[in-house]
Amino acid sequence: MTSLVRVLLSRLLTSFIVLIGVSMLIFFIARVIPGDPARIALGPNASPEQVLVLREALRLDESIIVQYGYFIADLARGDLGISLYTNRPVTTDIAQFLPATLELVFVAGLMMIFIGLPLGILAARYRGRWIDHTVRLISLLGVSAPSFVWAVILMMTFAFILPVFPIAGRISDSYTIPVASGFLFIDTLLAGNLRAFANAGWHIILPAFALALSGIGQAARLTRANMVETYDKPYIEMARSYGFPEKRIANRYAFRPSLIPSLTIIGLDFAAMLGNAFLVEAVFAWPGLSRYGVAVILRKDLNAIVGTVLIISAAFLIVNIIVDVLIAIINPRIRHSQRPK
Amino acid sequence: MRRTLAILVGNPLSLLGLFLVGIVIFSAVFADFIAPFPEHRGAVVDFANFNQPPAWPNIFGTDLVGRDLFSRILYAYRISLVLGVVVLSIATPIGVIVGLVAGYVGGKTEYVLMRITDVFLSIPPLVLAMAIMGVLEPTLTNGMLAVTSMWWPWYARLVYNLTRSEKEEGYVLAAEVIGASRAYIIFREILPNCVPAIITKMTLDFGFVIIIASSLSFLGLGVQPPTPDLGSMVAGGASYLPDSWWLTLFPALAILIAVFGFNLIGDALREILGADQ
Repeated sequence: MTSLVRVLLSRLLTSFIVLIGVSMLIFFIARVIPGDPARIALGPNASPEQVLVLREALRLDESIIVQYGYFIADLARGDLGISLYTNRPVTTDIAQFLPATLELVFVAGLMMIFIGLPLGILAARYRGRWIDHTVRLISLLGVSAPSFVWAVILMMTFAFILPVFPIAGRISDSYTIPVASGFLFIDTLLAGNLRAFANAGWHIILPAFALALSGIGQAARLTRANMVETYDKPYIEMARSYGFPEKRIANRYAFRPSLIPSLTIIGLDFAAMLGNAFLVEAVFAWPGLSRYGVAVILRKDLNAIVGTVLIISAAFLIVNIIVDVLIAIINPRIRHSQRPK
Repeated sequence: MRRTLAILVGNPLSLLGLFLVGIVIFSAVFADFIAPFPEHRGAVVDFANFNQPPAWPNIFGTDLVGRDLFSRILYAYRISLVLGVVVLSIATPIGVIVGLVAGYVGGKTEYVLMRITDVFLSIPPLVLAMAIMGVLEPTLTNGMLAVTSMWWPWYARLVYNLTRSEKEEGYVLAAEVIGASRAYIIFREILPNCVPAIITKMTLDFGFVIIIASSLSFLGLGVQPPTPDLGSMVAGGASYLPDSWWLTLFPALAILIAVFGFNLIGDALREILGADQ
């Protein structure tokens, strides 16, 4: 266990340093904005007095280092400032919109694991056969278009031409679910409303699949590539000569070692999905961070931009810490290592 | 080089890739001659002819102000390709130099350079580009700037890893022993060995630049109208589904075809050059 703790601590420390770096980078980007941010936020009709008040409130007259200092001090108290777009604390806004986005990305992540990895295993087991070629084609196609293209194509096919799935939204309007966590899957269960739970599940399938498609392809390809390499190892040959069934050889002996690189790529794809969620949400009118994010960007709402980017990056770093810990748990070389690094 | 090309032409999938990319480049370069309505790339309106389904002479139909979609897609390809060339020709050298220096010099330089790279890599690519576009005015130049700033770290990471393993090779030690300068070793000894991986990544990235740029304009943060752009064309048409399907379908397929082509070539190159990273 000690080595696990060590992995966790070192990852936490690096992530913390990186997150500080992210906050500096995004803060700097938001402050090099050409023109007066207060003037831009208030629009051309604001009086000079109003602009002065806002400049004061945003501490725009201090040096950028002092401004950053204030920002970090506020951040430590969990305060990301007031959004000029909604006139509410940025943290309140994000708390309202983030759960829908996380739910979408989480389901997409599950699809990536439970569709991508089995496809990769099948392709490796039947390499050179039609199933292998099909998986290769699917995975190449998957990464060949932005998620909004897949979203539009899936929506046209499975919501308009074949009306199997709902066109937009998170849940049918007929359900009113009291908001507890913001995560519909949790809230519907808390309300004890299983029909609403199923309805929410029905709504999430199409957008989550559009979001997951490129990741499914990547996970499948990587799994296949690693397994094909493993198939040449002597221990596989030994398992074969013992007469173990092919299925067991594939699922237990050849797949295991390729799980680690696959998990790594899944962690990285999570970052892409957090960004691409913006695109899918826009197509399916998903009430997540997307509409808020685009709205605050178009209005140059600095506090909200900085807050949104920071939260998304933090979510990404947390996922990657989880992935690293999972890898450490799975990998016997780390799990059983007694030596200090 | 010639052998690589022969293999590319010999494999049906990469041949398809070459064909698709060929079509895209041809349309972009000769848009002025191919497009039936070249003037429709700008702010033209023809309300008598708006929102028409595909029919001769508008083979892809017309958009909401009556412009020929086919002509606009050709010009959109031109902008996408220019953007790809500019972004990659700025981002690649920056990333490669950072990666080479961090990987070879090591020590504090390595720590600082790679942590900066990590910072850029830990903001989801699209989100970083969105934030940069947010504070700047949405123009083509700023779009290139935004995409470039998120692109170099991937090259830094790739070349850094390559350099670290090349550094231990005998030929680098030999060069060090005979007293070659650091710059000589980095650029004349290590760099040439990284080139296959860099070229492969650039081919694949050409497709990804098109994806990111069209994603930005899909969200309204990229190239602004009336400049034709595949992403904003899809966004504009999406609210008229399913009736005016051509508004969305053709630009969406145009993106798919271009990126798929580059991916097929890049994928084949990766196998030929053995540069799987």
